[in-house]
Amino acid sequence: MGRVAWIAPSVEQGRNNDDMSGDHHDLGTLHAPLETPVHSIDATVKLVCLLGFLFAVVATPPQAVPAFAIYLMLVVGVEACARLPVRVLGRRLLIEIPFVAFAAALPFIGVGPHREIFGLSVSIAGCWAAWSILAKATLGTAATVVLAWTTPVTDILAGLERLHVPRVLVAIAGFMVRYLDVVAGELHRLQIARVSRGDNPRWFWQGRAVAATAGTLFVRSFERGERVHNAMLARGFTGQFPTTAPDAGPRRWFPAIVWPGAACAVAIVAITR
Amino acid sequence: MTTPPALQLAGVSFDYPDGHTALRDLNLSVADGEHVAILGPNGSGKTTLVLHLNGILRATTGSIEIDGLPLDEANLTEIRRRVGVVFQDPDDQLFMPTVRQDVAFGPATLGLTGPDLDTRVQLALERVGMTAAAERAPHHLSFGQRRRVSLATVLSMDPTVLVFDEPSANLDPFARRELADIIQAAPQTTLIVTHDLLYAAELCPRAVIIDNGTIVADGPTATLLADADLLAAHRLELPRSATLARTQDGPRPRDEPTNGP
Repeated sequence: MGRVAWIAPSVEQGRNNDDMSGDHHDLGTLHAPLETPVHSIDATVKLVCLLGFLFAVVATPPQAVPAFAIYLMLVVGVEACARLPVRVLGRRLLIEIPFVAFAAALPFIGVGPHREIFGLSVSIAGCWAAWSILAKATLGTAATVVLAWTTPVTDILAGLERLHVPRVLVAIAGFMVRYLDVVAGELHRLQIARVSRGDNPRWFWQGRAVAATAGTLFVRSFERGERVHNAMLARGFTGQFPTTAPDAGPRRWFPAIVWPGAACAVAIVAITR
Repeated sequence: MTTPPALQLAGVSFDYPDGHTALRDLNLSVADGEHVAILGPNGSGKTTLVLHLNGILRATTGSIEIDGLPLDEANLTEIRRRVGVVFQDPDDQLFMPTVRQDVAFGPATLGLTGPDLDTRVQLALERVGMTAAAERAPHHLSFGQRRRVSLATVLSMDPTVLVFDEPSANLDPFARRELADIIQAAPQTTLIVTHDLLYAAELCPRAVIIDNGTIVADGPTATLLADADLLAAHRLELPRSATLARTQDGPRPRDEPTNGP
């Protein structure tokens, strides 16, 4: 019963949706269309700034703890400018958990000199490695959340194209954005059809129908891929992706560039000391 | 010198790799500017035929010419520019992040850039009344809007032949009407592949019935649709309501083909 109740509201939502494209599992919802100084910056500039900031963070040795404090202030400052609520940031930071979970084990499996903390013997090098992963991943994710909050996905893709990222990579990212919704909608319909016929897998050994759904979804997506390719061929595609991103006009690098500039300066000081 | 037909298929046969014969010795000639309905039941070879018209599938035997230009490797790019195919599922056709980029994809692959490209995109979107949606993502549009944008993506290539695969499928009555108006006004040679007989009757003075991979009837749409036995023999049927209206009011007058062969 619980499963049906979970599905029903989203069916209702799909019906009431003005867009009529059914259920939305949209990457676009990461973006908040507000008017802030950060929103108004060109996507290309934001991408370069983000890259510069990430580079500075990654290059900083973990022992330079004050540097990380400054990075945190920089991120928080930009987030405040972008009017990104702390609650939203916190929720979106959860995505890093699977990636940093490994870091939790490092103090215990690390080699080298050990020290006793709360009765547990932990590796000093392991502790630094764990801190490094946690701090860098959190700062990186937080900065990326700002980009997603302030920039529509389509602008990010166009920005990547203008930065001469290989077009095939931009196209793959674009396809993912474009078809995530379509595939999620298909999965949703398969689930509804399955539940409508009385399926309610509760335990692992009842999962046969779920596995069949996954298989069906894979085959359908594969076939869709073939049809999309046909549609591309029909419009003259010969293997080279053309440039379709609109021209964004002249770019204003100042004052956005100050942000990664400060981070890079901090990183240089931290590395050379 | 006479103008060559917009579309000429001579003895076209096609076998799928699994040995299934989808088209057998198919002959069809469509004059410039003509609107023709391709009718047939499911599995009759309609979609296979569509995929032949711009060389996505290549005939096992027989030949295809578009405006007198033979469909071969050398002419493939030009033929794909001339033949605009609007596929059944707009989600297959619209693969770019925004409507504008999708409409620009075809002309951009042909090498257009800058203001030329912008003009093409603008004109195509105006033709289908979707200018306001240019910066939107395709999956945020209604099904009917997506179908119209699909049409814009081929119009931007300045085609001479338009091919629609099941254009009325999944459309609500209003979206159906909007699309019909656009198709009706199209100056291009137009092929409508469908089993929606009323839509065919409305949009095409001429119809061909295809079954089991070959053409079994070719003539004025009104004549073919009035032949209940012919329709029944090929798993086609007018909606009951339409037949009823006809028996009550007598046969409705329909356009005769103006420039058919």
